[in-house]
Amino acid sequence: MHEWALAEAVITAAQQIAEKEKLREIREVDIKIGELQQVERDIFRFALSQLKPASFKNAKFRISTAKTTLKCRVCEHIWLFSKSKLDEDTAEAIHFVPEVAHAYIKCPKCGSPDFEISEGRGVWLENIKGVR
Amino acid sequence: MSTMDPRTTVINERLKRINRIIAVSSGKGGVGKSLVATTLALELAQRGCKVGLFDLDFTSPSTHLIMGVKDAQPKEDKGIVPPVVKGLAYMSLIQFSGDHAAPLRGTDISNALIELLAVTQWGELDFLVLDMPPGISDAVLDLVRLVKRIEFLIVTTPSRLAFETVKKQVRLLQELKVPIIGVVENMKMNRAKNIEQETEKLGVKFLAGIPYDLKVEEAIGDVAKLGDTAIAQRVRKVAANNIAQ
Repeated sequence: MHEWALAEAVITAAQQIAEKEKLREIREVDIKIGELQQVERDIFRFALSQLKPASFKNAKFRISTAKTTLKCRVCEHIWLFSKSKLDEDTAEAIHFVPEVAHAYIKCPKCGSPDFEISEGRGVWLENIKGVR
Repeated sequence: MSTMDPRTTVINERLKRINRIIAVSSGKGGVGKSLVATTLALELAQRGCKVGLFDLDFTSPSTHLIMGVKDAQPKEDKGIVPPVVKGLAYMSLIQFSGDHAAPLRGTDISNALIELLAVTQWGELDFLVLDMPPGISDAVLDLVRLVKRIEFLIVTTPSRLAFETVKKQVRLLQELKVPIIGVVENMKMNRAKNIEQETEKLGVKFLAGIPYDLKVEEAIGDVAKLGDTAIAQRVRKVAANNIAQ
């Protein structure tokens, strides 16, 4: 249920933006989730629905998934993260703290653990729309 | 609007029921920072305080070795709930990376730090002790930026090499207007007062001089033995006179 903490962060951030942009009512919230963190969408969506304040009553939460691109800093090989290659404990550790991927994943070409998570790490707030 | 990382917005909410947040830091590695952080947390808990210990030395964590932690996994409940280890709410990256080396660059360290600060449910604590990575690294700058009420306790040795780096850290923290509880001098081989005097010249309190103690190495992994070492004896006084008073 770690998704609740992330959903709370999204709601808090969206509220801060709404306040800054003087939005009275929020209509759309676009969220991007990186595959690396393996967020359970159903729990995350449910948490958002439970945590949203009154100004988000009619808000539509659009959640899209971003593929995770990893780039080796040694040989510059670029590859996509795949959960299917991980055992359950490793997948769970990466779910909690995506950076521990560096402890378990290595460049498939040269074997280095020194890679960059170029895209698709965790949860991002992409956009919010509302009325003033 | 541009895209936004939402995690930083909940960090102070997660920490709001913690009375004091103490970052135990050092200019260089190898000065006994993790030992001081761990014994400080244990001594405060011994005094009846509710205490958390958070090992933020992500690439070289050692508090689990000092306390002899075998397996203490956090639970999930609307975030991550730290396990209780030796009376402390305890978090370390080791709970996720195990015995594997975690070769993290600066941005990875910042990201992992922000993630754990955003999702860890510490609950109500009197003290949260942070075992910091040495130096003026990304983690120090991130914590100063993100944790509004942070205070520093700095560990040095009698070596000028260690103390020169402490001076830089003190100046940075003073410029950033971050409170410094004081400096602890570890591994003292004699009664020289130069570090004490130099510390006071910086406008910072000298908290304790800890004599070099051969018993420390054999106390690693055994909290009861650790309590009999010179580090624990001096840190106990610091906890009583300068922190929990």
